[in-house]
Amino acid sequence: MSAFHLTYKPFGNSAILIEWPAKIAEDIIGDIVIFEKKIIKNSHVVDTVVAYHSLLIKYTAPVANYTSITLELQELYNTQSSQKKEVQQLWQIPVCYHPSFGLDLEEMAAKKHCTVEDIIALHTGVSYLIYFIGFLPGFLYLGGLHATLHTPRIATPRIRVAKGSVGIGGAQTGVYPQNSSGGWNIIGKSPVNFFNTNNTAPIFAKPGDRIQFIPITLAAFYVVEKEVANGTYTLKSSLL
Amino acid sequence: MIEVLHPGMYSSVQDKGRFGVAKQGIPQAGYLDSHAATLANILLKNNENDALIEITFGQGRFKFKTATYICITGANFSPKLNGQAIQVHQVYYVAPDDVLSFGKRSYGARTYLAVQRGVQSQIVLGSRSFSPGITSQTLTKGALLPILPIQEEEVINGFSKVRVSKTHFTTRYLPCFKGPEYAKLNKVQQEQLVNPFTISEDNNRVGYRMQETLKNKLSSILTSAVLPGTVQLTPSGKCIVLMQDCQVTGGYPRILQLSEIAVSRISQKIAGDKVQFVLEE
Repeated sequence: MSAFHLTYKPFGNSAILIEWPAKIAEDIIGDIVIFEKKIIKNSHVVDTVVAYHSLLIKYTAPVANYTSITLELQELYNTQSSQKKEVQQLWQIPVCYHPSFGLDLEEMAAKKHCTVEDIIALHTGVSYLIYFIGFLPGFLYLGGLHATLHTPRIATPRIRVAKGSVGIGGAQTGVYPQNSSGGWNIIGKSPVNFFNTNNTAPIFAKPGDRIQFIPITLAAFYVVEKEVANGTYTLKSSLL
Repeated sequence: MIEVLHPGMYSSVQDKGRFGVAKQGIPQAGYLDSHAATLANILLKNNENDALIEITFGQGRFKFKTATYICITGANFSPKLNGQAIQVHQVYYVAPDDVLSFGKRSYGARTYLAVQRGVQSQIVLGSRSFSPGITSQTLTKGALLPILPIQEEEVINGFSKVRVSKTHFTTRYLPCFKGPEYAKLNKVQQEQLVNPFTISEDNNRVGYRMQETLKNKLSSILTSAVLPGTVQLTPSGKCIVLMQDCQVTGGYPRILQLSEIAVSRISQKIAGDKVQFVLEE
């Protein structure tokens, strides 16, 4: 059931921003994903952007009357969704935590007075909820990082962080989908492609799905990397 | 084909941009001055979404391998066809081996070079617009861009020149709307926001940073959607106007949203130019 008090704001003359209470919470993102599903059925909607506590709706043409469109959206929010709940998946993402990839692993372990193995165990021990996709094409905003692993960004950001690098920045963890500059602590590398424009859906996952990092050896990393390059690799996933 | 003899400072292929993929973190991209780009396509009887070449700050040199009709709009960098001066906002026939070049700046920052039926570069996720990390081609020296042969039935008649008001390039006024966090600004900030601002050196297809500093105590927001034309206020008090290559989400307060015509106007400004936000009620 819809339980949140939403605010509706015009954003320019052809978009509306809907806001939930300003916090990062699983029930809020779940509610946003359900509402977004109902909204994209409208042929006048050209784009939506899901974030932690907000949903942007971009229309094909300027909005003539914000009051009436807001009332329609409120009504839509309160209608029981007739369609089946969307299938949510748990994706298994192989990550190699070898020190040649995990550039900041040892320093992190030293700061936290634990071993590198402890960090890997904590990082791979839970599944992470995908809140939304932003920052870079294919970059997943994940929630659920163990409090022990929360680590401030490095003092001087790196000019180049390699594609596939797995990092921790503050309370967040994630995978760089392409080479990028970045200030997160790098703890490993995934051979998986997070963004592929050759696929109809360039990103395999969606908000509301979960991912779990699976530790792999350096040898296994190179095997998977080759399979990904050949197009023979299939990501493992299960229904939630 | 069009061969790039010299790309100038920065040239790229752009159409209206990518739509329907924002929720996958994919920037919209697309031409910055939609006003000028659309005019070029209209004059050639093209579709509004046909791709053209956006040339930042002139200097570019292009050789046509195929005969076509061209039209140049936007910034005026004294275009020449085979060394002969030609007009902007006018349709010209070009023959194989003709060379188009640009010289001294008269006004504006971004020039649009349109060809009949549009540049036929690769479509990625529904658009030909160049976008870092999405498209692979760049317009470096020697790059070849496919174009279509002339359609004889559609010979452009008249070759009449269109008069375009210079105001588009000279006005400092940027009509805009209140952004989602506008109400969080204090009275002094709201008043300062309608004073003139100066465009800094830090300006490109991702965003335009203003030189002036507002006294600011607003903290960051929980990451949320941004749009081309969103004006962000950074913790240091700088205003950044986001442009078409911006990310889909951001963490700075969104204090204003430029109208479409305002985005077109600012894209023709250069460092040192003055702009002034005008709030539409």
